[in-house]
Amino acid sequence: MAGPEFSGPAFCVETVLCAESISKSFDSNKVLNGVSLTVERGELISIIGPSGCGKSTFLRCLNFLEIPDEGTVTIADDSIRRAGGAWKASDEALAHRLRAHVGMVFQSFNLFPHRTVLDNVMLAPRVVKKVAPSVAEAEARELLAKVGLEAAILRYPATLSGGQQQRAAIARALAMRPDVMLYDEPTSALDPRVAEEVLEVMRALDREGMTQIVVTHDIHFARAASDRIVFMDGGEIIEIGDPDEMCDNPRDPRTRRFLGASS
Amino acid sequence: MKAVLFRARSLLMSGILALGLPALSSATVWAQDTVAAPAPASVTVPVSPESTTVLKWGADGTSNVPYTFHDPSDENRMSGFEYDIMEEIGRRLGRDAQFVQNDWDGLIPGLERNFYLMVICGIEMTPEHIEAVDFSQPYYMTSERIVVRRDQAGLDSYDRLGGHTIGTVKDTLAERMMGDRHDITVRGYDEESNMFEDLRNKRLDAILIDGPIALYYGEADPAFRIVGPPVGHLSYGIAFAKGGNMELRQQVDAALKSMIVDGTLHRILARWNLWTPEMAAWTGDHSQPGITPTEWERYIAATSPPKGWKARFDRYVSFLPLIGRGAVMTLAVSACAMVLAVALGLVLALARRYGPGWMAAVATIYIEIVRGTPLLIQVLFIFYGLPGIGIRLSPFVAGVISLGLNYAAYEAENYRAGLQSVARGQMEAATALNMSHTQSLRYVVVPQAFRVVVPVMTNDFISLLKDSSLVSIITLTELSQTYVRLSSTYFDYFGTGMMVGGAYLLLGLPFVRMAKLAERRLAVSERRSGNEKY
Repeated sequence: MAGPEFSGPAFCVETVLCAESISKSFDSNKVLNGVSLTVERGELISIIGPSGCGKSTFLRCLNFLEIPDEGTVTIADDSIRRAGGAWKASDEALAHRLRAHVGMVFQSFNLFPHRTVLDNVMLAPRVVKKVAPSVAEAEARELLAKVGLEAAILRYPATLSGGQQQRAAIARALAMRPDVMLYDEPTSALDPRVAEEVLEVMRALDREGMTQIVVTHDIHFARAASDRIVFMDGGEIIEIGDPDEMCDNPRDPRTRRFLGASS
Repeated sequence: MKAVLFRARSLLMSGILALGLPALSSATVWAQDTVAAPAPASVTVPVSPESTTVLKWGADGTSNVPYTFHDPSDENRMSGFEYDIMEEIGRRLGRDAQFVQNDWDGLIPGLERNFYLMVICGIEMTPEHIEAVDFSQPYYMTSERIVVRRDQAGLDSYDRLGGHTIGTVKDTLAERMMGDRHDITVRGYDEESNMFEDLRNKRLDAILIDGPIALYYGEADPAFRIVGPPVGHLSYGIAFAKGGNMELRQQVDAALKSMIVDGTLHRILARWNLWTPEMAAWTGDHSQPGITPTEWERYIAATSPPKGWKARFDRYVSFLPLIGRGAVMTLAVSACAMVLAVALGLVLALARRYGPGWMAAVATIYIEIVRGTPLLIQVLFIFYGLPGIGIRLSPFVAGVISLGLNYAAYEAENYRAGLQSVARGQMEAATALNMSHTQSLRYVVVPQAFRVVVPVMTNDFISLLKDSSLVSIITLTELSQTYVRLSSTYFDYFGTGMMVGGAYLLLGLPFVRMAKLAERRLAVSERRSGNEKY
């Protein structure tokens, strides 16, 4: 957890991600309505809220898996501003630069089933960054060891447990050396015992100073591990606050209702 | 003899129309264009016939006894009375006569494509034919003859055929004559040998057919005999492209005339047992030179059914090299076509699913056209139609391209299903890892689609192997063509059929096994992912 306990560079507050007034509609259905969020380096942010509140869409807008209709996303020193209009090739090129700062982990893992775990992790560095195979492999082995999968590197995803697959997916995203990790309900497809393996990896990353944004239903994890919690409803951010404060004393009635129902 | 070849052009025209290309006003105009168009240097088989001292002439050497055919005692040698006549004409013109094989339906289009300078293939000099081609003077005259089963009585004149089912070859004088007789049920055939099989199997009561065929297919077979007096009168001429090469035609006429005068033509025909009263009357040559019909006797000896199992077995063994060569050709055409189909099919499927609107539209139109028109038309169009716009392809290349382009449309649909089966999340994961669209397709989506498609693709290859038999019509001697040639030479449809069928099975077998293996592997990986416990 970033905070005063840390000494050294992490002590200096540095904004690593800034989303301003993000709006997004699917057909006539407005899913995001001017959502803004600023994230400091090293923070772990949990986004919670009822189903359909737009939290996943917001997360996907941050690396342009969904293209926002309006708003600005700035990550590290790259920025994309949207003000309606078509998504052009030049925009895609900007998104490509921006995505270099972002890793993403999905609810359903989305590992490449035709490649071994090692190949899953090595593929993007080799193809996108043209890293030499030997270097990519050494880095991949190191990352897989870090998530506790050194014994499974040559296995295919279909032969792994869900928890193992999700840890492999985290290693795959880390291999691109992102500034920010995005998690879209990383443990929703896992049973609680297995989910704990994944959450432990995320806590370890937090200790190393990785910036992480997690869309989750797991209020306990959100409260225990986050620096801040974001509560969304109806395509808007209702409340941002300290985990304990929000869980014990939600300011908005909607937050209160949601937390009451989930705990 | 039959005249199916004159229908080939209308078939081609319908092919051109079906494929939506500008229709030309008439077949003749198209034909002249073809001849006039300079041959591009890169794609070509036919060396321009004028450019050498070689005298190229075309005929269908399969199933064409006794005109021009593969010598039964040595399949690599050509034989036949027309073959001998052309050799002699070549000698007299001081040129090297060279036989060019072409399928019957392609003979006249081939003439117009300049594959060869003339066609000699038992073409009757009827008014309709004279309209389509220029003829030399006749080189042979004969009549229609009645052939019956040896034990059959009472059908020994044209008048007495009434009330019976009579076979003949399509577009012959016999067919035209019997067309006016309402008391005769006429069956028209494309292949002589099929017709005689039907006579043997009592589907026909008798056959009325050109003298040489009656002799070589009927009289030569112990089961049949020729009965009654000759019927009608017909002349064969050598065909040249309409309106072209008057000089050569005159040279050929002069050579024929000198062959008649010095008795050479008489000797050739007598060796084949084909000298007729009609020839004697026409040439005024009533001599009886007492020539032994050596070629006729050789043919009888070579084709008579082998006595005993040993002889029969030996004959089948002698077929093996020919069938082997046919199998290699079938496999080569199919394999090359499949490579083309797989590559182009992938491009089409990707264009359709991921390309911009216009590209997807082009791919869709292509697929619909190819799947909506018969492969046979496509093969004919590519081989005979494309020269109309200056593209000349060798039979092999044309066969590979037409089969490949055709199967690409089907492979594209397979890929489409395969691409659809790849979960959306895969593309998203690749994008999130900052792979470009092309990289995502290449490293993530296509390999997975490919795995799904492999079993289907293997099955497609097996059916391509069989569809490759269609390219036999553009003169490629692959397995089917080998079957037609062997079976019609030896009248053995059963034994050779088993051998050729066996060859196809052997070719397909490895791929059947491959398809099964691929299916099993896929099933295993699917079961595994189905059992996942999160």
